[in-house]
Amino acid sequence: MSDHKTMTLTLIVWRQKGPKDPGKFETYTAKGITEHHSFLEMLDCVNEDLIRAGKDPIAFDHDCREGICGMCSQVINGAAHGGQDRTTVCQLHMRKFKDGDTIYIEPWRARAFPIITDLIVDRTALDTIVQAGAYVSCHSGGVPDGNAILIPKPAADEAMDAAECIGCGACVAGCPNGAAMLFTGAKVSQYALLPQGQAEAATRVKSLVNAMAECGFGNCTNHYECQVSCPKGINVKFIARMNREFLKAQFV
Amino acid sequence: MQITSSSIGRKILMAITGQAMVLFAVIHLLGNSSIFGWLNGGINAYAEHLHSMPLPIIIGFRLALLVMVSVHIWFGINLTIENRGGRPQQYAVKSTQKATFASENMIWSGALIGLFLVYHLVHFTFQCISPETAALKNLVPLHNEMVPNVLGMVVAGFKNVFVSFIYAGAMVALFLHLSHGIQSFFQTMGWSCDKSQPILVKFGTLVALALFLGYVLIPLSIFAGILKG
Repeated sequence: MSDHKTMTLTLIVWRQKGPKDPGKFETYTAKGITEHHSFLEMLDCVNEDLIRAGKDPIAFDHDCREGICGMCSQVINGAAHGGQDRTTVCQLHMRKFKDGDTIYIEPWRARAFPIITDLIVDRTALDTIVQAGAYVSCHSGGVPDGNAILIPKPAADEAMDAAECIGCGACVAGCPNGAAMLFTGAKVSQYALLPQGQAEAATRVKSLVNAMAECGFGNCTNHYECQVSCPKGINVKFIARMNREFLKAQFV
Repeated sequence: MQITSSSIGRKILMAITGQAMVLFAVIHLLGNSSIFGWLNGGINAYAEHLHSMPLPIIIGFRLALLVMVSVHIWFGINLTIENRGGRPQQYAVKSTQKATFASENMIWSGALIGLFLVYHLVHFTFQCISPETAALKNLVPLHNEMVPNVLGMVVAGFKNVFVSFIYAGAMVALFLHLSHGIQSFFQTMGWSCDKSQPILVKFGTLVALALFLGYVLIPLSIFAGILKG
């Protein structure tokens, strides 16, 4: 590490003891950070200093640190996951920052995502949407023969694009209305595109749209902030597909 | 039916009513452009043609417009209030990448257009702003009959800088509203994909710009002395 130039950063971090605590910003200094640190490793360093000083470390969600699990969830300088194209916070590296930078770190902010503590929010609402019908009902049995159901390659590819969603909730965090349209659109689309999912397509889209409202998400106003916030680059075409599926479902 | 209760259903109603009004704005501009003389008898003949239609058609058309405007305003306010609640606490740093001034201020551009609409109706439909130039009171001969002098009323109205300013300002609001609204219509109706979406954004902005230029051309031409009463 010694041969690397290090940087010192000012962090303005949202601290909140619990769901009922009003919360406030606290300022910290991150010292000895190299460009090879990931953003979460930088926070680890700050937390070690805090623990040594007998203070509460900054609580944040993380798990795989490989950009695939969807646990990390921070809004950095106003952008979900830090605003780097198709990148989760854990894959954001400190080379994107300069010595002396001031960085604002906040939790996802949406009515449907209540803050648990500091930077950790409760994303159960996304599970509620999935439970409302983002699945196919089928009897389990023997392993089906390969290619027993023929799926056109473009449909399979597009369904996979929608299924790339890691459920991190950045789309909700990035949306000025706290809407979950991209998440829900991806779920509706990944099934509606495949023959296995088409049997329940109409009931699924209706249930998911209802669940979205019940969870307290806002409505889509086509800002497309969700698409640029998404670390997997899920396209807003899936929102259009959900709208189409919804309209179709009204006449089925 | 989840049309009036669900998020997407209400947005579809917003989209359809909004698009119907865009169509009206296009037809209204085409009709008004008769002021430049491409129609024999100019805007006076156009106005007379509209007013000579059977009364049920006129009343039906006006009622339909009133329903469109009311539904659009009602759900617009309703959805906006819900959306403000969707993110009760804003971020300390605002960093939007795709949202535009137009997309973020639809409720305000819409409110300005709504206020303008009331003014516009009072001005040219009910003709109460300057009764001395009201078309209905100043008849002029056209094809052997006496018809309301719409041209005189419009020219007299727009010669007032203040009035022209109100109209130009409202057209800026209309441009902003439609530059987001038209492409939004296609997305909300689900008639959009990754390839068409950027084209639809450009198309919407172009239509909005064309409407803005077309409408502003009328007071400008009067100001420049090209159009005379």
